[in-house]
Amino acid sequence: MLIKCPHCGTRPVEEFTFNGDASIQRPTSNDPATMDQWFDYVYLRDNPKGRFDEYAHHSSGCRAWLVVTRDTQTHEIFNVVTARDYAKKRVAS
Amino acid sequence: MKYSVFSLLKNTLSGHKKWPAAWRDPQPKKDYEVVIIGGGGHGLATAYYLAKVHGISNVAVLEKSWLGSGNVGRNTTIIRSNYMLPGNNPFYEWSMKLWEGLEQDFNFNAMVSQRGVLNLCHTDPQRDAFARRGNAMRIDGVDAELLDAEGVREMYPFLDFNNARFPIKGGILQRRGGTVRHDAVAWGYARGADSRGVDIIQNCEVTGIKTVKGKVVGVGTNKGFIGCKKLGLAAAGNSSEVAAMAGLKLPIESHVLQAFVSEGLKPYIDGVVTFGAGHFYVSQSDKGGLVFGGDIDGYNSYARRGNLPMVEHVIEAGVAMIPGLARVRVLRSWGGIMDMSMDGSPIIDKTSIDGLYLNAGWCYGGFKATPASGWCFAHTIAHDELHKLNAAYRLDRFRRGYMIDEKGQGASPNLH
Repeated sequence: MLIKCPHCGTRPVEEFTFNGDASIQRPTSNDPATMDQWFDYVYLRDNPKGRFDEYAHHSSGCRAWLVVTRDTQTHEIFNVVTARDYAKKRVAS
Repeated sequence: MKYSVFSLLKNTLSGHKKWPAAWRDPQPKKDYEVVIIGGGGHGLATAYYLAKVHGISNVAVLEKSWLGSGNVGRNTTIIRSNYMLPGNNPFYEWSMKLWEGLEQDFNFNAMVSQRGVLNLCHTDPQRDAFARRGNAMRIDGVDAELLDAEGVREMYPFLDFNNARFPIKGGILQRRGGTVRHDAVAWGYARGADSRGVDIIQNCEVTGIKTVKGKVVGVGTNKGFIGCKKLGLAAAGNSSEVAAMAGLKLPIESHVLQAFVSEGLKPYIDGVVTFGAGHFYVSQSDKGGLVFGGDIDGYNSYARRGNLPMVEHVIEAGVAMIPGLARVRVLRSWGGIMDMSMDGSPIIDKTSIDGLYLNAGWCYGGFKATPASGWCFAHTIAHDELHKLNAAYRLDRFRRGYMIDEKGQGASPNLH
């Protein structure tokens, strides 16, 4: 698997550390009434077979947090953006 | 037919041309009392114990591919019950006890071989942790022996005891652990279930789960609709996909785990040895190949193949433990899809939907659990309540805060 880092260019997969589903959103409230949202955020996953947005840390490279959009069956990579751009786009939409 | 020395002699005289098929290849009936999704080890074991222990034989096992094509035929065949936490250990020890009597029970040679499982330690704190785990095991009636470096050297003199970075200080040995011929487990359970009236339907993929007023009524498949009163999910790496058909979202991610086998060698390693400084475990098959594996690749995957960096990592760990492995050639490697749960422990439970039962989250420890998993899942389905052995494996334990986290990694499936 080769991943095209926005800063470093195309790099091999062993330079990256993966940290799971990027599409889930951290709840903003500390109110105990939002415990269900926290439970969903911490424990439940869609775990899709197919297109998947996933956090990847370029840990042996520029150390930027990225979001890689990949097919979990074929490992085809559709898109790589920085985690910041991913979050900004989510806020904008 | 019962397999015995007499049936063997009889069939030898007829040139082994008259053995009957080990199980039927039936078409699905319109409805069943229980349908199990997943014809792997756990699904077949569940059907077997439903028929044998609970007298429920109006059961179908639906397998989307051929029988045993999933993880039951892809693992490294190790059995052990060397866990520490209270929710886990009695369950895995029951599994070990079932392994010990399994071949007589289902009349099939599964080559259960209690050749010993040895975990190596490389530091004093690691030895302390092993002593603690060994004591926890012995409280639950499991055998555990703490060995010093000399004790390990007597068993495996070719290990790298004086490795500069990871010297071997000792190990914890479970003599009753060992290996089992994995395919034969699927075949034995399939034959045992089939002979008691269970329909095993291969190449039958479930496409939907139908519920009416919160109760399961059947499943849609590529062979048409099959009605059922109770439905058990035992779909391993595909658990999330199948559960989603019933509107359930699980605390599970699917990851790929690779396994390897070397060219055939003369007898070299007579037990199972695991490296304590990295994740590496090895045993030798009866054909002579070294069977070994390591960690999952670390990213979500439904592809039954892994990447080369993990191949390199596993081989490095192996050579650090046994320098002689550097001269051995790998014959092949393959991957399987693991249902990694959020605390590294499994789920055998009822669900919020009436008549729907879940067996999932086995991470990469599912094979050793096959008998107890089937046994407990059958009990849960038959009685609509959990047995005390799987009482801790509740689906709602994450919400309630009762995780069973042997490794203490938290809700990070790729680290368990």
